[in-house]
Amino acid sequence: MSAEQIRDDGAGVSRRSFLAASTVAGGGLLLDLSFPTVAPAVAPAAHPAAAGGTINAYIRISPDDTVTIICKNPEIGQGIKTSFPQIIAEELDADWKNVRTEMAVIDQAKYGAQFAGGSFSIPMNYDPLRRAGAAGRQMLMTAAAKTWGVPVSECSTTASVVHHQKSGRSLKYGELATKAAAVAPPDLKTVALKDPKDFRIIGQPIGGVDSPLIVTGKPIFGIDTTVPGMRYAVFEKCPVHGGKFVSANLDEVKKMPGVRDAFVVNAPDAGEGPYVGMQMGLLDGVAVVADSWWQANKAAEKLQIKWDKGPHADHSTAGYARQAEELSKKDPVKIVRSDGDHKKAFAEAPLKVEANYHYPDLSHAALEPMNCTADVRDGKVEIWAPTQNPGAGRGMVAKVLGIPPEAVTIHVTRCGGGFGRRLASDFVIQSVLISKQAGAPVKLLYDRRQDLQHDMYRPAGYHHFSAGVDKDGKLVTLRDHLVTYGIGDKFNDSATFSPNEYPARLIPNIELAMSSMPFAQPTGPMRAPGSNGLAYAFQGFLDEVAFAAKQDPIDFNLSILGEPRVITVPPGPFGPMPPYDTGRFRGVIEAVREKSGWQKAGLHALARQGTPGKTPSGPRTGMGFACYYCHLGYFAEVVKATVDAQGSVRVDKIWVVADVGSPIVNPSGALNQVQGGVLDGTGQALGLAVNIAGGQVTNTNFHEFPLLRMSQAGQVEVHFLPTNFPPTGLGEPALPPVIAALANAVFAATGKRVRKLPINPADLKTA
Amino acid sequence: MSYTIKVNGTARTVEADGDTPLLWVLRDVLDMKGTKFGCGLALCGCCTVHLDGAPIRACVTPLAAIGNREITTIEGIGETPTGKKVQEAWLALDVMQCGYCQAGQIMSATALLNQKPKPTDQDIDNAMSGNICRCATYTRIRAAIKQAADLPTADTREA
Repeated sequence: MSAEQIRDDGAGVSRRSFLAASTVAGGGLLLDLSFPTVAPAVAPAAHPAAAGGTINAYIRISPDDTVTIICKNPEIGQGIKTSFPQIIAEELDADWKNVRTEMAVIDQAKYGAQFAGGSFSIPMNYDPLRRAGAAGRQMLMTAAAKTWGVPVSECSTTASVVHHQKSGRSLKYGELATKAAAVAPPDLKTVALKDPKDFRIIGQPIGGVDSPLIVTGKPIFGIDTTVPGMRYAVFEKCPVHGGKFVSANLDEVKKMPGVRDAFVVNAPDAGEGPYVGMQMGLLDGVAVVADSWWQANKAAEKLQIKWDKGPHADHSTAGYARQAEELSKKDPVKIVRSDGDHKKAFAEAPLKVEANYHYPDLSHAALEPMNCTADVRDGKVEIWAPTQNPGAGRGMVAKVLGIPPEAVTIHVTRCGGGFGRRLASDFVIQSVLISKQAGAPVKLLYDRRQDLQHDMYRPAGYHHFSAGVDKDGKLVTLRDHLVTYGIGDKFNDSATFSPNEYPARLIPNIELAMSSMPFAQPTGPMRAPGSNGLAYAFQGFLDEVAFAAKQDPIDFNLSILGEPRVITVPPGPFGPMPPYDTGRFRGVIEAVREKSGWQKAGLHALARQGTPGKTPSGPRTGMGFACYYCHLGYFAEVVKATVDAQGSVRVDKIWVVADVGSPIVNPSGALNQVQGGVLDGTGQALGLAVNIAGGQVTNTNFHEFPLLRMSQAGQVEVHFLPTNFPPTGLGEPALPPVIAALANAVFAATGKRVRKLPINPADLKTA
Repeated sequence: MSYTIKVNGTARTVEADGDTPLLWVLRDVLDMKGTKFGCGLALCGCCTVHLDGAPIRACVTPLAAIGNREITTIEGIGETPTGKKVQEAWLALDVMQCGYCQAGQIMSATALLNQKPKPTDQDIDNAMSGNICRCATYTRIRAAIKQAADLPTADTREA
């Protein structure tokens, strides 16, 4: 995802917050606190301030001691609605028992960027939210000191109580709230923070704040929204990107039971090129509006729509593979990185390895289908959306309707999964346009087919590798020619290739090159964008090189990394980046070797060099390794897998060692993210691919996009290395390496390389 | 057309076509939003409810087919001893990520434990594989079922 997609909220305010990012000692990201994210603010409109006090944009305290903490970013299952309040409550020194959490309304002038993506929430907000909480504590102590006529320096706090030790007096936060709200906020740069050794809320495995509502079926997701006078809409979009509406049997559909209206919604002018930005996916379509969703859906099934499918109507998955093959033989259109002289080094290398790796297009398939409720009236719009990217969505809605962003109110609901799909605002804009034309509040809901067929897909990649190893067994050169989607040297969203892709910066000769071919569908970020495919390709190929060089893949990667040292990284889209630390990387690799019993098990390929898969007719078991650094997290993973005679692959166990700094804000949530992330990765490897024919996606439901199920979920063992670096995010970085580790385990078991995803049992069977 | 169905012990009269899936009757007619829509084809288990105690997929169960049978949903399952224990285990083990599938998971898990109070890993695989969790919280779902069954929760399928 590009920074631009998140920055643009139509008002330009969030841009400033990003540009103001600066470093803190020890690396990490810190927003400049001169940005008014914690200035005194009115309470969110939905909850008028009761008696008591609004301490700042994040904290409200009632006379009954209830502390309401505002969560600024969307909750998509990453646990932010629990961990953000933990950070604030810690420094506020609140009594967690009395803390309530509330989602912020979307106001980036007040809160800075509001989105859930890139595992950025913790690294971008950990420090500012601590300071917001500490400021609140300071204001409460100042209010108490004034009440007692004593110096603030003589005051202290324990869970939601201010004490004056000398006189033995104390006041509860609830008693001080009104007075504290009138205290001038302290300088956030210098406000006193707790010593982490005194933390009693950060670092606790606190259960999700919405969980009691979830297990009892309370209406908290976007799809659960009901507003007075609401109608239900189904929207059948043009199946091919770049296509146009021609005609439809609207009169017939309008006569169906319960149908209020049926009409064409033309794609609004996106105002950008077709391959950039979050306005992707805005296509012509037909809306059916009815008294119930079921009636709208039944009526929509009768639609006969004629489309002009446009220039991509002959595209297919097989066609892309053919083009990629042809393009790989030509000169690339873009060189992402070129160090040394690959051509020469490869020619001179005593050991040469070449292989091609391919991963497919993927759909996000969040379990809550895309939906949004919108009410357009009197030049204003109110929106209830399960979105990851409300800040940008607000700006886009304003632009499409030609109204100021202030006229757009977005209530962010809990999201039934995000995975990057809800960073796009197509479904929000569609619901707004349908409500406007229907003249009523409307809940738009995709069915599963529409959700799978109208996504911003993870772009496929076709990698063409060559590598050379010198006489001492060292990797001296590597080249990758990646063919993926784009036009000319302009590549699709998330068809990424970082110039720092491992092993770049670590070996003397490397060339990372790209070629493009146009795609019939939009693409976009999916959980660990770029990395989710690149880690598989690179770590799969490097396992091959290690094997060819008769080296253990763990030793081989350690040798690539070299001695522990830090490598400076240029600023990223959100400001300065912490350095790349080979010592931290080595740390997780060495730990996973030990925890998995790697050498002792003797189930990796080198242990059986020449005879992988020692029992060809029965089940064969192997262990595979992979490591990866992305989203500021260092991960090393080992998978043990068994392949049966029919070629069916079972994931027995996954070992994960992570270094995401410290503290881990919520160890329960953190562990859950890693367990789920690695299982998600194995699910992708075992069965997932989007298929395209006639320019459109052909997958219709979960039988054709088989997500991982309970019976396929292997055992997971996770270790966090408690290193002394600023804490970083966990939504994404656990996933990428597991796919390669599984592919390498399959090789160790069978002697057959998995150079194409998903894994095809037919390639592995012996019976 | 008018139908009377029994939901969580209460008779409810609803106006809807007989082919309307129970899921949409629950969600949009009775405004009980706990039962979730995921696929519409009985492939993901988000909409699992109990019909006379047996887990069924409400998205493919027409209103007209229900008759006198008792429907239990996530809103009512906590009134049963097993359902309550399962909900408590889900909270104690902090199973949820996004939480969207978990109503269906809890309904399937409760039905399993009513049938097999001490399920094996194989029993869990068999009973729960119709319920997709896109966040892949399967590790904790497995452990929470064992906790609700008063079994050791550690995953011991591998050493």
